[in-house]
Amino acid sequence: MAQSNKPIVWGPFAAGGTLTAFLTPALILLTLLAGLGHVPELLAYEALRAFASHGLVKLGLGVVIFLSLWSAAHRLRITCYDLGVRADTLVATLVYAVAIAGTLAAAVYLLRLPAA
Amino acid sequence: MAEQVTRKPYLRELPRTLWFLRHPRYVRYMAREFSCFFIGAYTLMLVLGLKRLAEGPEAYAGFLEALASPGAIVFHLFALAFSAYHSITWFRLTPKAMPVQLGENFLPDGVIAGAHYAGWALVSLVVLWLAGAF
Amino acid sequence: MSERRVELDVLRYNPETDRTPHFQRYSVTCREEWVVLDALNHVKETVDPTLAYRWSCHMAVCGSCGMMINGEPKLACKSFLRDYPGVIRVEPLAHFPVERDLVTVIDDFIAKLTRVKPYLIPKEAKPIEAGEYRQTPAQLKRYKQFTLCINCMLCYAACPEYGMIPKFMGPAAISLAHRWNQDSRDGGRAERQEEIAATEGVWECSFTGACSEVCPEHVDPAAALQRVKIKSTIDWYLAHTMPWLNK
Ligand code: SF4
Ligand code: FES
Repeated sequence: MAQSNKPIVWGPFAAGGTLTAFLTPALILLTLLAGLGHVPELLAYEALRAFASHGLVKLGLGVVIFLSLWSAAHRLRITCYDLGVRADTLVATLVYAVAIAGTLAAAVYLLRLPAA
Repeated sequence: MAEQVTRKPYLRELPRTLWFLRHPRYVRYMAREFSCFFIGAYTLMLVLGLKRLAEGPEAYAGFLEALASPGAIVFHLFALAFSAYHSITWFRLTPKAMPVQLGENFLPDGVIAGAHYAGWALVSLVVLWLAGAF
Repeated sequence: MSERRVELDVLRYNPETDRTPHFQRYSVTCREEWVVLDALNHVKETVDPTLAYRWSCHMAVCGSCGMMINGEPKLACKSFLRDYPGVIRVEPLAHFPVERDLVTVIDDFIAKLTRVKPYLIPKEAKPIEAGEYRQTPAQLKRYKQFTLCINCMLCYAACPEYGMIPKFMGPAAISLAHRWNQDSRDGGRAERQEEIAATEGVWECSFTGACSEVCPEHVDPAAALQRVKIKSTIDWYLAHTMPWLNK
């Protein structure tokens, strides 16, 4: 029996699981506050545009989005299997593709941010 | 003379989808795993926010407006509950994943998990504060 | 000494005559301090000598009396009647084929156990005159908890992934591999990785954690599996990003 290549997909899953455990509830609170009419200062258009136009911030946002999407995709793959959907290769291809597409889209939008 | 023994092992079928109703621990497990749906959907929503941000002030104002719709609020409440459940369960398992042996003894599980919970609270406060939510 | 009328619903299966298993109700007078195994023995002695089940030690060390009691994987010799007020449902361990009544076919687990080489593979062979392999208390503690496994297979009956994917190596076998990998005297990790770092090794585990909840010896197999995943992942990334490390 050969050693598996599963670590390729599991590594970012574990990293993303840790990252989302620390970060996601706070992010959700921020947009929830915005939705309730109390927009946090940083979420005002000009503030957010200026913040996100910094190179390191772009990189950070990209990493957060990739790891969050990837760990969610990986878990969803296992959940599908657990719920009796046994076409694992198909499910895996789909969910990982969505995670990668979402990350690429985010990268494109970040690069397109209008300068001041 | 030994008698011939009949062997005809019987494999009991499991419910394919609803097996987890067998015990509350499996329901909790599925709830934990299902948190990924909300975390994933929420992250895609953030990507949409970046798109609107890149499209300029009007588009972004529309995005903020959409956040105020009842559907968005309900989605946020579910996402908040499930992502918090993800955090709680994730950190509760950290002592299993990363035990720390100091000298002879292992740090008690509560210390490792507790440190993670404290870190989570701190990170959340810092994020909210930096974003000017207070 | 108080006594109680105990009703047991026991799953019966006779491969010679039955196409499918069925429940049979037994009603026996038991002493309050008995365990479920005592009740089964009492049934066998006084009511139905054909009832088949495994047991040996009656003290939670041999690992042979595992069965589902009210749907939970349990050692029958460690399950007290006083904790089960109503009718007690007794079934063979889940996820294993039923040989007869409460006796399951365990060949699969035994084969997996063999594959992980759960014994010392010395780091350096030395002649007997050179003395014993020494170990500090800290080195002992590093793996001690994982030595407590009694091979009862309750963790396999609790693990939904094993139920869905019979090829999965499963909690106890991987925990025992981890036990030897953690041993300072042992040098067999590379050999065991071939089995436990394979796709059907640790990678079918979804960290349900049920194994650790039902383990009667508090081995915490879920912890062992999680560590095996992390270590195997680090191995993989090191091997593929810094190939000069693997000579
Ligand atoms: S790990 Fe625990 S539950 Fe599993 S076989 Fe060993 S003693 Fe039994
Ligand atoms: S009879 Fe030995 S463990 Fe129960």
